[in-house]
Amino acid sequence: MQTTADTRWQKVTVVLPYLWLLLFFLAPFLIVFQISFSDPVIGQPPFTPTIDEQGTWLATLDNYRFLLTDKLYGLSYFKSVVTAAIATFFCLLLGFPMAYAIARSGPKYRNLLLLLIILPFWISFLLRVYAWMGLMNTYGVINNALLWLGVIDQPLQMMYTDFAVYVGLVYSYLPFMILPVYATLERLDEDLIEAAMDLGADSWLAFRDITWPLARPGVIAGCLLVFIPAIGEYVIPYLLGGPESLMIGRVLFDEFFVNRDWPLASAVAIVLLLLLVVPIMFLQRNRGADEART
Amino acid sequence: MSRRRPVFLLSVLAFGYAFLYVPLLSVIFYSFNDSRLATVWGGFSTRWYGQLFSNEEVLQSAWLSLRIAVMSATMATILGTMVALALTRFGRFRGRTVLSGMVTSPLVMPEVITGLSLLLLFVSLQQLTGWPGQRGLSTITIAHTTFSLAYVTVIVQSRLRAMDTTLEEAAMDLGGSPLRVVFDITLPLIAPAMVAGWLLAFTLSLDDLVIASFVSGPGGSTLPMLIFSKVKLGVTPDINALATLIIVIVSAGVGLAWWFGRQRST
Repeated sequence: MQTTADTRWQKVTVVLPYLWLLLFFLAPFLIVFQISFSDPVIGQPPFTPTIDEQGTWLATLDNYRFLLTDKLYGLSYFKSVVTAAIATFFCLLLGFPMAYAIARSGPKYRNLLLLLIILPFWISFLLRVYAWMGLMNTYGVINNALLWLGVIDQPLQMMYTDFAVYVGLVYSYLPFMILPVYATLERLDEDLIEAAMDLGADSWLAFRDITWPLARPGVIAGCLLVFIPAIGEYVIPYLLGGPESLMIGRVLFDEFFVNRDWPLASAVAIVLLLLLVVPIMFLQRNRGADEART
Repeated sequence: MSRRRPVFLLSVLAFGYAFLYVPLLSVIFYSFNDSRLATVWGGFSTRWYGQLFSNEEVLQSAWLSLRIAVMSATMATILGTMVALALTRFGRFRGRTVLSGMVTSPLVMPEVITGLSLLLLFVSLQQLTGWPGQRGLSTITIAHTTFSLAYVTVIVQSRLRAMDTTLEEAAMDLGGSPLRVVFDITLPLIAPAMVAGWLLAFTLSLDDLVIASFVSGPGGSTLPMLIFSKVKLGVTPDINALATLIIVIVSAGVGLAWWFGRQRST
């Protein structure tokens, strides 16, 4: 019953978004890749062409060489990975028991509890980071409360430290951990745990041998959903971190807007992308396996 | 053993929700503080709200952000639904893997990379074609459409997957052409997912700072860009008022949606 109008319409449905993504998603990456091989110049645009009018190849590896020789960049990449890993660990530490408690709560409360997890996510990200600035300032809410209680007699330096960056990251990305973990725990068959207990397992053993292995896909997805965006994070280290908390997202941003070195910023982006290829592939595979199962 | 665990879980829950909500409550509390210093209580006052509404710059950037969010959410919903339909209902076609790869990649791409690459594209396009002459409304809308398209696709796609195809098949058997079946059966059935996708794209666009900073030009400041430039300088009380307004509006919206959802399901 396929008429020409139908097939034409199907073609439009595929071709239109296809063209959009080719132009606004794939092409931009090729341009970044190309510009990462050019030299910065003063002018508009501030980089040299990689091919001149005669078709001679002018590409240079200078930017990548610079990334290797200047210690700042290697350190920033390293610091980003470590910071993201620590934030992911704390998200899991707090998020797993929360997801578990929600999954085990009565069906009447479950939706409300989930809603309360998602609600802050709908409120502007920037304003949530800003809220923490008010709490962690030298004369902020936390210090005032602790001083008043007599726990400390000098305000603690919390803002502009790595601690503040961790708090900001965990706060912002916690829902990304809780939701996938909750999704796997909710599907978990309670009978399995009861059976294990009947067979003499204590609750720790039941957790280790049954709950944890069955929740693992959710845990892996949650960890990757926190870890991947946290590596390239710009706003949180900028607002909460100290001048020494040079995460790579911030380095890229500054290289581009402050130093106006577009080719170097492009090279930073390409290397960051290479760093992310492995975790992203893990995530895609994990998601693919999850889809195959359901 | 079994009695100790609920206590542990309850305390984790209590801590977790306190962690999530104490910052928001403190912002609301201090938005009514008359003092300029965020943490010295100077009496109850609504003067920061007054100051907020008389700030021309804030209103202008909020209006720009709203227009961008409505346009990009609408475009992303149309394109995202097309991709979801193509991936779940059209079977195998050439370039299917590339399409699904391209559409899901923005979900995990760091914002700095997306922003940088789109700006470099706009700069190159301008050199080649003269368009876009000015970066702002149109370039931010295109950028937001591109990254929120992925979210719409995921939401609509999961609805299409979970949906029974018998209705569509029955309509086909009764002589409906594929085009009519999509418009009369499939689209009405996935409408709730499209609405959810539109709302998510809308909030993502309103929330975005990094990508907008890259692809906007002079004079094109969105609300997050303006807030960021104010927040950089430290804690400013009129931002407390703005944050409170946003918290109240979002909570009311989400609360209403939840309440209506519950009414319908019971």
